[in-house]
Amino acid sequence: MEKGTIKVKTGLAEMLKGGVIMDVTTVEQAKIAEEAGAVSVMALERIPADIRAAGGVARMTDPEIIIKIMNAVTIPVMAKCRIGHFTEAQILESIGIDYIDESEVLTPADEKYHVNKWDFKVPFVCGATNLAEALRRIGEGAAMIRTKGEPGTGNVVEAVRHMRAIKDDVRRVAAMPKEEMMTVSKEFGAPYELIMYVRENGKLPVVNFSAGGIATPADAAMIMQLGADGIFVGSGIFKSENPLKMAKAIVDATTHFNNPELLAKVSRGLGSPMSGLEISKIPKEELLAQRGW
Amino acid sequence: MRKEDGNNYSVNAEKKEKMNIKIGVLALQGAFREHIKAFQKAGAEAVEIKFPGDINEIDGLVVPGGESTTISKLIDKYEFKKYLDEIYLCGKPMYGTCAGMILFAREVVNENFGLGYIDIAVERNSYGRQIDSFHEMIELSFDRSKKFEAIFIRAPRITSTGPEVDILAKINDNIILARQKNILVSSFHPELQDDLRIHDYFLNMVLHK
Repeated sequence: MEKGTIKVKTGLAEMLKGGVIMDVTTVEQAKIAEEAGAVSVMALERIPADIRAAGGVARMTDPEIIIKIMNAVTIPVMAKCRIGHFTEAQILESIGIDYIDESEVLTPADEKYHVNKWDFKVPFVCGATNLAEALRRIGEGAAMIRTKGEPGTGNVVEAVRHMRAIKDDVRRVAAMPKEEMMTVSKEFGAPYELIMYVRENGKLPVVNFSAGGIATPADAAMIMQLGADGIFVGSGIFKSENPLKMAKAIVDATTHFNNPELLAKVSRGLGSPMSGLEISKIPKEELLAQRGW
Repeated sequence: MRKEDGNNYSVNAEKKEKMNIKIGVLALQGAFREHIKAFQKAGAEAVEIKFPGDINEIDGLVVPGGESTTISKLIDKYEFKKYLDEIYLCGKPMYGTCAGMILFAREVVNENFGLGYIDIAVERNSYGRQIDSFHEMIELSFDRSKKFEAIFIRAPRITSTGPEVDILAKINDNIILARQKNILVSSFHPELQDDLRIHDYFLNMVLHK
């Protein structure tokens, strides 16, 4: 019997496909998410929009909060550690978390190195803005990728940019002759074997979700049509006027992303979504997607 | 020589018959694409089922692995129960993997779903959280020629079975692959690897129903 292998780590991500992973900060929110049909919840102290507003150093959530949420729902529970903070990751693993998000939403603990995720039995999901970054994280042992977007903004433009960038890169690599692969590996700063995988298979070697700015059912369906395997919704649900209704509508939109009539139906009468931020109005040093490399 | 020819003939005939089979895979959430690919590789046609449809269109149905809470909520919401019951009642083969097995069960410990298509009781996430997910080489009762790699993800456990349930694979005392008439269930995920023997077995259930 083998545990903690890449097969079971990527296996859970495969089971989450076509689903919505929701940020929650309390047991009550976790239950709303589960009731709405979330495939998993991300247990947080504050949602990204509040982290952005509060400023200061954002750290791993108090394990007390995470454990309460783990006990309250039967769906898998994820939690975030800071980029490079392997000790926060060890703590999360020891409480039995189902997935760790090494996340740019928290303040990075190491500006040079990410966590060596091969050291862990628990699977990791990591953010990426392009194929090169995704393959570097997979090289370090990530079992799932999510495009970063710009968390806590309610503005989907960065999520779209990153998803398109990955898809474009994949198409480009898949069309290139073999002899160019080592040069791509050099330019990407990513493992040769993974680039060869992308070339042979025309896709990432792991599941790729989308995150950062999805605020409406239409946003969710658009990013699914662009080729996401599923979505993360952070502030979009519990910063909206009617969280349960919004959560259900986003689940419906993710399942039926190719069905405009159904999308119109679930988009009706949702109340106001979270108010969004224009990316160009955010000071450059406050952009979260640039954290990590 | 002759015998070999005969075998080849029957293998080819079976392949041809499989080409005419159409399997529907419930595509609400989870690993439905992997099942579709596996059936296509095994020589059958496979399609996504997103809404309750015409049962005459398909010869068998798969409920894939995924998050069982999510899938069961979507089944309720999109009123799939009647459609699934019709397929069950007219005896078309159905296969449930992991979340699908939970949905087909007679009883789900401490929960109130379970469509009652197979006389088993199951307990969700019974092997533990993700950290306890595992894979192991197992033996299939219908093909002992080589072992089969079974991948278990936050897997449900079959806690009891009725007298009419055939046990097709076990790990220690745990039943992990079982069949009752036209219903097949597994607590693991054959769609996550390349060995097609269980998908083939299901296609044979459809052929010989």
